[in-house]
Amino acid sequence: MSMQGDHHTSPDDLDRRRFLKGSALLSTSMFIVGTALIHPGEGWAVEATGLKPATMQTLIKMARDIYPHDQIADKYYAIAVKGYDQKATQSSDIKTLIEKGVAQVDQIAKERHNRVYTAIIDESPRVEILHVVEGGPLFTMLRAGLIVDLYNQKELWPLFGYEGESASKGGYIRRGFNDLAWL
Amino acid sequence: MTSFPLNDDSVVVIIGSGAGGGTLGTELALKGVKVVILEAGPRIEIEDFINDEWASFAQLSWSDKRTTSGSWRVHKDFPNLPAWIVKAVGGTSIHWAGASLRFQDHEFKARTHYGNVEGANLLDWPITLGELAPYYEKAEFKMGVTRTNDIPGLPGNNNFKVLEAGATKLGYKEVHTGRMAINSRPRDGRGSCQQIGFCFQGCKSGAKWSTLYAELPKGEDTGNLEVRPESHVLRIEHDGSGKVTGVVYADSNGKHQLQKARVVCVAGNSIESPRILLNSASNQFPNGLANSSGQVGRNYMRHTTAAVFGVFDKPVHMYRGTTMAGIVRDESIHNPERGFVGGYEFETISVGLPFMAAFLDPGAWGRKFTAALDSYPNMAGLWIVGEDMPQETNRITLNKDIKDKFGMPVPNVHYDDHKNDISMRNHAYKQATALYEAAGATHVYQQTPYPSTHNLGTNRMSANPQDGVVNKFGQTHDIKNLFVSDGSQFTTGAGENPTLTIVALAIRQADYIAGEMMKRTI
Repeated sequence: MSMQGDHHTSPDDLDRRRFLKGSALLSTSMFIVGTALIHPGEGWAVEATGLKPATMQTLIKMARDIYPHDQIADKYYAIAVKGYDQKATQSSDIKTLIEKGVAQVDQIAKERHNRVYTAIIDESPRVEILHVVEGGPLFTMLRAGLIVDLYNQKELWPLFGYEGESASKGGYIRRGFNDLAWL
Repeated sequence: MTSFPLNDDSVVVIIGSGAGGGTLGTELALKGVKVVILEAGPRIEIEDFINDEWASFAQLSWSDKRTTSGSWRVHKDFPNLPAWIVKAVGGTSIHWAGASLRFQDHEFKARTHYGNVEGANLLDWPITLGELAPYYEKAEFKMGVTRTNDIPGLPGNNNFKVLEAGATKLGYKEVHTGRMAINSRPRDGRGSCQQIGFCFQGCKSGAKWSTLYAELPKGEDTGNLEVRPESHVLRIEHDGSGKVTGVVYADSNGKHQLQKARVVCVAGNSIESPRILLNSASNQFPNGLANSSGQVGRNYMRHTTAAVFGVFDKPVHMYRGTTMAGIVRDESIHNPERGFVGGYEFETISVGLPFMAAFLDPGAWGRKFTAALDSYPNMAGLWIVGEDMPQETNRITLNKDIKDKFGMPVPNVHYDDHKNDISMRNHAYKQATALYEAAGATHVYQQTPYPSTHNLGTNRMSANPQDGVVNKFGQTHDIKNLFVSDGSQFTTGAGENPTLTIVALAIRQADYIAGEMMKRTI
């Protein structure tokens, strides 16, 4: 899978996301054309090669539901899970684990809500489905991978108020190591 | 650079180049003793250190396979990573935070002061604080410990300010920016702290003491010390008289080499050191070297640890500046009225966002967890470090079912919290929570213990050879020319960070070894 398009989220994009948040549009903000998963709101598209594009869409949604941060664009969740598409091209075991796991998630979603996981608009019924599968191999692999592959994206750190590397900037000795004045 | 031949049987061979082995090797070289240090890891210099938690972890940490068992939380969360220590020249003195506290008088006499604690294998050290005090002085001078030798304390960062405010409101009295082996002004050819943060990832300014750049080069300059990196020790050999004669290691190509030795000193940290002794079992020593007591690998201690993070309604940016930026010492006393024996320290701690995510509550997910991470810039953090009880059943054993790439059994680390450990941790959680609430915290997170950096006690010192592995000089009771030179010789763990004591013992041991070599007793 390759990421295409503009990877930079502009303030306009964030405003649009805030506007869309909670509306039905948010959950359908990605759509599939052929093997491509397209996110017009954020201006990116991915090409699925090892997994079904709908499976990638579900993984991205599951990733957000496992570690939900409203300030984070979908593309970061997409980046965090895109490695599975590549792994699926190399390992039929991984491919089967993921496709079966996603099929199970969709099966529960259909039984409960008459639609696939990504089509469930509200977060809480989706999270209830995750609680059903949280002991399973897909969830276990996804969660353990996300804890590194999501939070280790340097582009995300400013959104959490984390500044990262400091030695090349001379440390914080003149950059606020003791600037706290509210106590 | 000096290089000694493999068949030179006049050298002292030290296994490991960290706070214990690196200090011992340098001290011996300065006395004119020829030393070969075998270091399992590569030589990574200051300019190579990385201000990035995961990248640095991959660069520095000991990631060879280990297994775990027992009821400790680390077994569940990190089954193959019992310890967070370094595999590189300099060892864990690259990773340590710099806190340099002397053990207290009563902590050297734990059995006497704490009494017969059920399930604990307590013992008094065969040395006293008085005996070690001159060596503590030498260690503090060597390491440039702040608040000793007229060296000023480090300035407090934001994380310290919050700690100090809460501690003062709670009525704690001994609150300051610590005794740190981090230069608060240029000293010993190294600059002063630039408040970089990332102390755990290797100090990129060199202000923090590490054997890598503060000791080993001084030893190497004498021509008496060879540090041989990527030399992974497999076993120690001995002759028919029971004296050790050399060390077998795998070189950087995986080829086995035998370095002959007059004296062998084991300083591979408290998991690897007993593993090497156990893996050196022979017909003459079927239970491993120096193990007539059966205590090799036993009494594994890791300190009663945990971290606590307070969330405030305004920014803290705890990661700016020294990681361990301040200390509260008031609970570091023996007062059984609190419901446990021994004491603990509060020391500030900070981690970056990636490690906060990984270690705050391993396995957690969902909005409750992400809300905590969303409050990251407004967090202040502290670490609890307290005395845990030595237990015979907490131990390093050889896992015969799993072999490493050299064909040697990997170590298994078994640990169960003693009920004293749990009582102490719960007391510390309560006090730390009160501390942050007193400073205005809107929420407090109590983090579970993560992989151990303080690994202690698995080749412990004892007056009586039946109770432990080494005597008061770290010399094994069974084999005169075999020594233990790291934290595994600790009889008990005390409530303080171990490095200063490891260094003090190494300086003292260097005097002893050089003296005994002169007398030709070894």
